[in-house]
Order: sequence, then C-alpha cells, then structure tokens
Amino acid sequence: MSSSTKQGYKTVFDIPREEYQAPGHGLCAGCTAGTIVRLLLKVAGPNTIVVNATGCVEVSTTTFPYTSWKVSYIHVAFENTAAVASGIEAAIKILKQKGVIDPNKQMNIIALAGDGGTADIGIQALSGMLERGHKVMYVMYDNEAYMNTGIQRSGATPKLAWTTTTPVGKVLKGKLQIKKPMAEIVAAHRIPYVATANPAYFLDMMNKFRRGLEVEGPSFIHVIQPCTTGWRFDPRLGIKIARLATETAMWINWELDHDEFRVTVPVPKRKHVKHYIRLQGRFNHLTDADIEEIQKMVDKEVERINKMVGKEIIGPVVE
Amino acid sequence: MEKDLWIRIPLSSNYAAAHAVKDVDVDVVAAYPITPQTTVVEKIAEFIANGELNAEMIHVESEHSALSACIGASAAGARVFTATSAQGLELMHEMLHIASGLRLPIVMSIAARALSAPLSIWGDYSDVMNTRDSSWITIIASTAQEVYDSIIQAYKVAENPDVLLPVMVAYDGFTMSHTYEPVYVAKDRSIILDYVPKKRPSWNVLDVEKPITMGVVANPDWYYEFKYQQVVAMEKSPEVLKEAFQEFEKRFGRRYGFIETYNLENSKIGILTYGGLYGTVIEAIDYMKKMGMNVAAIRLRVFRPFPYEELLKAIKNLEALIVIDRAISFGATLEGPVAMELATMAYKKGLDIALHSYIASIGQRAVTEEDVIAIVKNTVALLEKGVKVTEKSIYWGVRL
Repeated sequence: MSSSTKQGYKTVFDIPREEYQAPGHGLCAGCTAGTIVRLLLKVAGPNTIVVNATGCVEVSTTTFPYTSWKVSYIHVAFENTAAVASGIEAAIKILKQKGVIDPNKQMNIIALAGDGGTADIGIQALSGMLERGHKVMYVMYDNEAYMNTGIQRSGATPKLAWTTTTPVGKVLKGKLQIKKPMAEIVAAHRIPYVATANPAYFLDMMNKFRRGLEVEGPSFIHVIQPCTTGWRFDPRLGIKIARLATETAMWINWELDHDEFRVTVPVPKRKHVKHYIRLQGRFNHLTDADIEEIQKMVDKEVERINKMVGKEIIGPVVE
Repeated sequence: MEKDLWIRIPLSSNYAAAHAVKDVDVDVVAAYPITPQTTVVEKIAEFIANGELNAEMIHVESEHSALSACIGASAAGARVFTATSAQGLELMHEMLHIASGLRLPIVMSIAARALSAPLSIWGDYSDVMNTRDSSWITIIASTAQEVYDSIIQAYKVAENPDVLLPVMVAYDGFTMSHTYEPVYVAKDRSIILDYVPKKRPSWNVLDVEKPITMGVVANPDWYYEFKYQQVVAMEKSPEVLKEAFQEFEKRFGRRYGFIETYNLENSKIGILTYGGLYGTVIEAIDYMKKMGMNVAAIRLRVFRPFPYEELLKAIKNLEALIVIDRAISFGATLEGPVAMELATMAYKKGLDIALHSYIASIGQRAVTEEDVIAIVKNTVALLEKGVKVTEKSIYWGVRL
C-alpha cells in the first residue's frame, strides 16, 4: 500500500544536475519560489507538463518572447489550474489509448499554483479534480498572501500578519482570522497522497515531490514559501526563516500516504515562535503579548499533531 | 446524396449535436449540466457507455472548469467538445477569450437561452450575442439537420492551420433543443472522418518531446501583435468556411452558406432573423404570398465572422429591411445587436435602404406567423409615414 520508494534523495549528491528551470527568470532576489520550482523540476525531469496558475512564478518566467521553462508549460488563468490539468490528463490518457501518443511514455502532469490560486479562487476547481481522481500532482507554493498583486490578504495569510488589505491601524492590527488549513482540506478528499513541505528541508521536500508523482491518482504538496517582499525580510534570510518555521512548529512537515500519517521532520526541541516572527516586517507591530497568543496557538496545534502521531514527535519549547 | 450512406432518424437538436460529436470521433468531452443543454451530454455519455464513442468524459464541477478542461485537453492535442447554455456560457466567458487567444480549435454547442435575472430557462439569444467579441467563429443553426452538419463543419474550420479559432454552434433552446425533426446521420462515421480527418497536430500542442511554453505574459511591446493575429485569423476564416461548406455539399449534397434567403427575387421588403424563428418567418411569407404580398426572408447563419459580402448582395435591391433580433444590447444605438451590424453596413456602403429594428421572442415569448405578418404591416405603415430607420428598436409584444 504505502510502500514509499526507499531509494529517495538522501544527500545533496543524489540531486540530479540537470536543470529544467533555465536561469534568467524575473523573480525577486531571494525568492524561495524559484528554489522550490527548480528542485521540483529536477525531481520531475523532462517528461513533464506543468500547468501554472496566474501568479508570481508565471509572470516572472514566461514574458514573451522569453521562457524559463525547459519542460512543456501552460498558463491559462488564475482559478482553473486543476481543471486545465484535468483536461490534459484526460487527453493524454485517451490519446495513449488511441495510439496517438506512445502508450508506454511516462509523463508527469504537475499543477503549480500559489495560495490565492489554490486556497481561495482555485479551491473549487481543485476540489473537482481531487474528487474525480485525475493523476495530477498539485503543488501549492504558499507565500501566505497575494504577492503578485502587491501583498493582499489571502485565506492562507496567518493570523495577525500585516498585509495591504489587513493593515495595521488604530483599531485593527493585521489579519483577524486564522490560516486556512489547506492540506487538511485536501486530505478530507481521501486522495492517495497529501504532504506539507519546506524548501529549507529540501531533501524531504524532493522526496515528497517524488512520492506525489509516483502514486496512482491525485497528490497534493503544500509548500511554505517565504517571500522577501511580502514578509518584509532581508533577501538572504529566506531559507533561514523557512527553517525557523519548522523549528518553531509554525509549520509542520508531514505526509499522509494512503491513510498513514507521519511527521517527516521531527522537532525534539522546539524554538519559541518569536525567533521566527521577529525576523519578519509583516509582524513588526506585534507586542510580546501578541506573540504569546501565537505561541499558545502553536502549542495547541503541536499537541494535536502529537496526539495524531501517538507520541511526542514535536517537543516542548526550549528557546 | 447517396441514400445508403445515411440513416434518417428523429432527433432533437441536442441529440443531433451529440451524434455529430460521436461521428467526428471526439477525444475529450468536458461538460456541466444546464438546462436546456443537458441532453447533449447525456446522449454523449450514453454513446461512451455503450462503446459507440471512445472518449474521455470529464464531469467537471462548473462550466468554468468545463471550458478550462477543454482548453487543457485541446492544448494536449485532443479533439474536444463541450456544450452549454445561458448562465453556463456566462461562467465560461473568461475562458472564451483564453481559448481563442491560445488559438485552440475547440468546438462548443449552445442551446441558446435567456439570461438571469429574473431567472428564465427559456430560449433566446442573449447568451450567444454576449460572446460576440470573444473571437469565436459563431454559427447559428435553424434545423436539427443543420446542427449535426454544422458541428462537423466546425471541426474542419477550427482545425485549419490558417484559422485555429474555436467555433460555437448555437440553436434555439427548447424550440430546437427539445423538439424532434427527421435528421440524416451517417451510417458509418468513416465518411465524416474522411471529411474532417484527425490530423494531429495542426496546432501547437504540449509535447514532452518538443517542449513549448503556452499562455505567456505579453507586455505592451507584444500583446497587440497577438491580438492582431486573431484579427488576421478571423479575416482568413470566411474563405476556409466557404471551402468547408462547398466540400460538404460536394460530398454529402447538403448545401449551406453564410446566409440563406427565401423569396428574394420579387420582394422589396425583407425580414432578417436567425435560428429557428426563420422557419416561422418562411411560413408567414408563404401566407403573405397568398394574400398578394411579396416579402423576402434572410437568415443569418454565420454571425462571426459577419458575412458582409453575402448580406450586401442579398439586401442591395431591397427598399426596406426588417431585422428581428432575439437579444437586447442594452443602451445601444439600436438595441438589436444584428440590426446594429446592418446599420453599420448600410452606412459604410451608402445603401438607400430603410432599416427597421425589432426585438422579439425574449425569454421565449411566442412569436407566431401572425406576429411576423403584423410586424410587416407595422413596417409598411411606418414607411408610409416616412420612417426610414427606427429611432429605437421596436419591442414587439411586450406589455408596457
């Protein structure tokens, strides 16, 4: 059943040298989406079709007459990535059956979209694709706001974060609601493979991409993606902040492989969330009391996850 | 027409559409149910379930996704089809532009229906007319036979490398979608596939062997050129449509043009309309003939590209033209969308023709032969009063 390929990526030397994301894109300096996409394509290899939602990655890699994509790529609109991918998957299936395409050709169909294109406007098309069971790997890169349009709040923006539509004023400070738990919403569709990943733990992330492409049916990988522009941090700090997200348990790397739940990056000694929060301008307005409120939310979440795993997979806060 | 190649069976226009889809061997169908389109995809599902059509059917969760999935499947090189009506077509609207912008030869049938609000499930052309600037070739059929034939022709035109634009084939919701007529369908679809061979790819497809990037960003230094290419494709399409119609006639004996005319020779007044209403107009004309009045009927079959030359030839000897529109372009100079096209044409060519714009059958308000005769009488009275162009469209049969 859930026999994950054991010959995964164990060290950096296992990472393919081939590049399918050409140099010369227009992403911001220090953007971790570039890291995620580059590694994703290394896992997928050349026999891949990428369907990309409107968003940062799309606008910065496909400006005519240039392209950064060495694999076949299509962008259609913001909200329909999963529907377009469904159509491609169905077409390839029938064209293989009719002998138009070599029936033995293995092809990866990857849908790639941000948090807005997935958790908000794209959730209906995604849900339809998951329910119908198309063999597509959907990768959500989550920078926790509409970064391409200039840092507006999305359903995936965390509580109390500043954005241009949840500004910090005299009465309100930041987003009022909690982050939409997208991977769990997807998991409720009972698809073969759901995972959360973090580019700071790139081998773990790449192994998840690999597993996602391998399973029969839809898979969904939710990747945290620190955004230098929207989160307001020094471009060199992207991966450090990403690592702190997991070290503080603001972000937990897990996978659900055919009903088998596993935390893939255990954190025996957890850091206080302030280490993660204080590095980001979007949380500048938070008082120590606000941060304690977030810490309590995280503690509760850790408790829930530990209960699901059945042991203390994420430990207590040890500064 | 060689009789032994065809069987004559009673079909609604929706079923005729489904038979055409089967006979052109479509690869992928994506659709969402909406009245009065539903029976098209139900019939296609039956064909697939019975093994009469080998296709993937994607039961999407919305019309937006239906056309999105068609875009994906077409981009992957499949021959695709979808069908819709009214609100469904409106939900697709964004994708209409993307399908044509990506130059994908998608074919869609539309059981034309009124738009909400208030909710009306009944037939008119509000939905179709709303799509007129989306760069889709638009055919409006007036019989179930024509629905079958037009969908077959649509693939030949859409997949032509000089065109590569999507095509919609519309017909009256309910009055055509749900009423039965005898239709000739191919006994063996090989004759149809001989007419529309599946030459893949005649368009750019997502091929892993030859990677391409589709759906790029085009900044101000390039966007305009992309759009102009669509203008060129539309300009080239009449020639391709004409060839498709001629070859169809040569092979199968059924003749279609951009327009159709009836009793044109001795008439000074003409009535121009589209869809199933044309049949009513013809009945009315036969009746008027018996009363000693000669009136011509003109049917607009191809709405986009607008058949300028053909219409010009048809109307040049008329003294007055009545245009009966079945949709309202709110706030326009003339609120009948087709009447407005004719007014532009008359002005461009300096035609000395009276132009009377009527709106009728909105939300499937019944239009009978008596209505058509009354419209003609009303026009004659207006002409006697010296009304050359109706100041506003005349809303026939509305309770004021």
